[in-house]
Amino acid sequence: MNLFYYAAPQTFYPLAGRMARVFYALAAALGAAGLYIGFFVAPTDAQQGEGYRIIFIHVPTAWMSMFLYVVMAFWAAVGLSFNTRLSAMMAQAIAPTGAWMTFLALWTGALWGKPMWGTWWVWDARLTSELILLFLYLGFMALQAAIDDPRRADRAGAMLAIVGVVNVPIIYFSVQWWNTLHQGASVSLTRSPSMATTMLWGMLVMALAFWMYCLGATLTRVRAIILERERRSDWARDLARGAKAGKEASA
Amino acid sequence: MAPGVVWVAALLASMLALGRLFAGDYADGTLEQIVLAPHPLGLLVGAKVAAHWLVTGLPLVVLAPLLGLAFDLGPRALGVLALTLLLGTPTLGLVGAIGAALTLGLRGAGALLSLLVLPLYIPVLIFGAGAVEAVAAGLGAGAHLSVLGALLALALFFAPWAAAAALRISLE
Amino acid sequence: MKWQSLEHFLAMGGYALYVWGSYAVTVAVVALELALLRARTKAARRAAAAAPVPGDDA
Repeated sequence: MNLFYYAAPQTFYPLAGRMARVFYALAAALGAAGLYIGFFVAPTDAQQGEGYRIIFIHVPTAWMSMFLYVVMAFWAAVGLSFNTRLSAMMAQAIAPTGAWMTFLALWTGALWGKPMWGTWWVWDARLTSELILLFLYLGFMALQAAIDDPRRADRAGAMLAIVGVVNVPIIYFSVQWWNTLHQGASVSLTRSPSMATTMLWGMLVMALAFWMYCLGATLTRVRAIILERERRSDWARDLARGAKAGKEASA
Repeated sequence: MAPGVVWVAALLASMLALGRLFAGDYADGTLEQIVLAPHPLGLLVGAKVAAHWLVTGLPLVVLAPLLGLAFDLGPRALGVLALTLLLGTPTLGLVGAIGAALTLGLRGAGALLSLLVLPLYIPVLIFGAGAVEAVAAGLGAGAHLSVLGALLALALFFAPWAAAAALRISLE
Repeated sequence: MKWQSLEHFLAMGGYALYVWGSYAVTVAVVALELALLRARTKAARRAAAAAPVPGDDA
């Protein structure tokens, strides 16, 4: 198999479709397994009762939100330095899913914080950096949406993603230092290491499920982006008309 | 509270003026000449940011002690406030230049620029305000000032080149 | 079996609002994203199918 063969949008399009289906199936299976472990195997937490079960989506979405940003910046950098169209499209396709994951991490965090700390939100290190991450995603998407020329949009977005990824460790450590310098250890999100192994397993399986889902959603979106950009090419038109004709024939 | 207010003011002042960093030169075609000039573009961008800072940043550094007096800050805190602004506002301008270059000539560039630049400004804001609060609380501001200096050094080193690359992307 | 009854399961030890609130929003977000993706793909397909063929005279 030649990897470069699939670097062309036209050849990647059908491959992405097949891969997305596999990833969705894996996400559903892993999600079901993870939820089963999370709700029926994992024991009640000694301190947080049943409330801790938010962990099975909170931690995976938080991981994905950070991981996806790095992956997005990676594809953006590849696209910028090697001028490969597909890499830029991948970066563009990752951003909305990353933003959704960040939103979910913040939302579930608020719902977890309310019963445990008594407040929806604190300006704590992790919470603040997660909020900043959401704005980094939104900025990337807004910048690309504001530029009509796709080539400039790709390159400007890539530049921003790279500047953002340089900033991610700075933001992370700065808010952490800021917090430890001033407030002391008021609220710490670090969980006790004595977490029950079944809890840990539930969390890891759910993290894998979210990972698979993000891969599937990203590949589906990259297919749409390829079609949008190549809509004036012969292959895209033939493919779209072929699909239509097939649908009419089967109807 | 007071250092936070002054720092947010500094942040907004820097952000509001950012749009004009390249816009005038872009409108009358000077910017294309600058890009074509035989000198390294990063250096020229650095010079533009420096000039921009002299107009938007330096007055704030000078005025900050007066503003601080209005908030009843002690003499030591006033000095540290001015020092943090001296170290921090150039970083804001340098990072902002990247955003200004990326949004050049776009519809709704002002709002977009704020969205792009705001998350990148947060660390500077945290340490700028933090230093003054630390002094007011009787602690040393050394750690905060070191971090501000490190951020400035990083921005001085990388931001002009990133902004130059962004300008090339926007002018292509 | 961990849970004594369906009511116990739904009550989540008193944390029902927070636990089910988290899961409901997650499900809603995933469903919304998939629906948006489906709509976007359909629109892209329609646009590509409507593009003129060089050989065709329109």
